Amino acid sequence: MAILHTVNKSPFDKNSLERAFNTAKDGSAVLLLEDGVYGAIKGATSSAMVEDAMKTVKVYALSADLDARGISGRVIDGVELVDYAGFVKLATEHSQVQSWL
Amino acid sequence: MSEGTVKQFLYVNRKAPHGTVYALESLEVVLIGAAFEQDVRLAFMDDGVFQIMKGQDTTGIGTKNFAPTYNALGDYDINKIYVEKESLEERGLTEDDIMALTYEDEDDDWAEKSSISIISRAEMADLIDSSDVMFNF
Repeated sequence: MAILHTVNKSPFDKNSLERAFNTAKDGSAVLLLEDGVYGAIKGATSSAMVEDAMKTVKVYALSADLDARGISGRVIDGVELVDYAGFVKLATEHSQVQSWL
Repeated sequence: MSEGTVKQFLYVNRKAPHGTVYALESLEVVLIGAAFEQDVRLAFMDDGVFQIMKGQDTTGIGTKNFAPTYNALGDYDINKIYVEKESLEERGLTEDDIMALTYEDEDDDWAEKSSISIISRAEMADLIDSSDVMFNF
């Protein structure tokens, strides 16, 4: 089973998202949460990296964290939004959770 | 504090809100510091520009939404707010995406004016250079 990678740091401040992407094997998932959701913004310097990664890994973002930061309306197309129940479901569907802090 | 000594205070905000406590702590120090009647300026750069994003709603994460408090800065005579243009652009943002923070100008019949200046990275360097006291968050 594939691994779920979670990222909770802004890609503009830390390299956690980049490290998650270049570690994630094809078919695994990356969930953006807390400040990690800034990685879901379109039209930013980080967007090309995310769009490129989405060719091989599935990218999710936690809705409540997007709402808190006022960026729900500017998410890259194809990033799937999940609620807390969805987060739990993702955790159960994957073999392990790797947290990029 | 000796009378007549007014220093230029600069609060430098570089962290995103909500994920860490820096943004809220900065805001509280700014509001407390407003009582000392110094020349106060706020700078937002790097992820700090996210602090004044429009439309923040923390209902879902169960924390205090302190974003509306930035609107009160004008009432505390804090009306020199500088936002770095390059930081906005790197994040896919424009001036339209940040809160329209204003103040009422007592020298101009209380006309409502914008507190925000969008400045370049080079201008930010000048702003930092010209400050007497800096608080970094």
